[in-house]
Amino acid sequence: MWTWLHKFASPPHFYRLAGLLAPWFGWSAFILIVGALYGGLVLAPPDYQQGDAFRIIYVHAPSAWMSLFIYVVMASSAAIGLIWRIKLAHAVAASCAPVGASFTFAALATGALWGQPMWGTWWVWDARLTSELILLFLYLGYIALRSSIDDLQRADRASAVLAIVGVVNVPIIHYSVVWWNTLHQPATVTKMAAPSISTSMLIPLLVMILGFTLCFVALLLVRVRGEVLRRERSAGWIREVMA
Amino acid sequence: MSLSHFLSMGGYAMFVWPAYAITLVVLVGNVMAARASHRRALAEARRRLGMGELAG
Repeated sequence: MWTWLHKFASPPHFYRLAGLLAPWFGWSAFILIVGALYGGLVLAPPDYQQGDAFRIIYVHAPSAWMSLFIYVVMASSAAIGLIWRIKLAHAVAASCAPVGASFTFAALATGALWGQPMWGTWWVWDARLTSELILLFLYLGYIALRSSIDDLQRADRASAVLAIVGVVNVPIIHYSVVWWNTLHQPATVTKMAAPSISTSMLIPLLVMILGFTLCFVALLLVRVRGEVLRRERSAGWIREVMA
Repeated sequence: MSLSHFLSMGGYAMFVWPAYAITLVVLVGNVMAARASHRRALAEARRRLGMGELAG
């Protein structure tokens, strides 16, 4: 197991494997997202309260899911990199930040476009929205901190601490609709009882979330390949890979 | 269901379509940015390790 893990984490092996896997994840994500678009925009019936405006859920909820999921991946790999001094883990953490920031932005923007017709306002300083905005600032702070330190190893360690501290925000975002009385509607899918959404509406949403997640894996594999190259000091295997 | 009916999104077109457009831009932008980042790293590695233009 450990020898396997060691081999997997070795830069040349990871670089090749990631290059092989990325297209598979990317194209599966593409197919799922296109299918979910058809299901969400055409097959699903309009909501009895919100009409067709509810269809924003198919881009808003997956983006919001990504903003949280990517942060957890980023903070976990940062912690692994910090504790076991694994370069690959730091490379993963660094690769998460720009992707996570962009989906946090998408979640906030699509949320505003949903809030205006439903609540009559683009923005409100309630717990869910404010904690999601803080998540965006965490991502941006992480990126800024990294780019302000020239030495890659020091940048890895300093930014890892920031990522780990910021993880307290994740449960706050998730439970904000339960802990505080907010304008934001409570969870639709992740309820322990049956989800409060009909099947023809739910399936496109779940497919879209899966598609976004696979898309993230593909993006991560491509970005980590780049980060592995940036951390490599010996030419041997890179010469081999590029030949 | 006609196309114009579909595009009107029950009167919510001005909210639904921009939301989908923003998400599409974020998805496509991510794909382009990730690929560009990998290409940049390759070029940098080549320069740093003194491989010139011989490989790629």
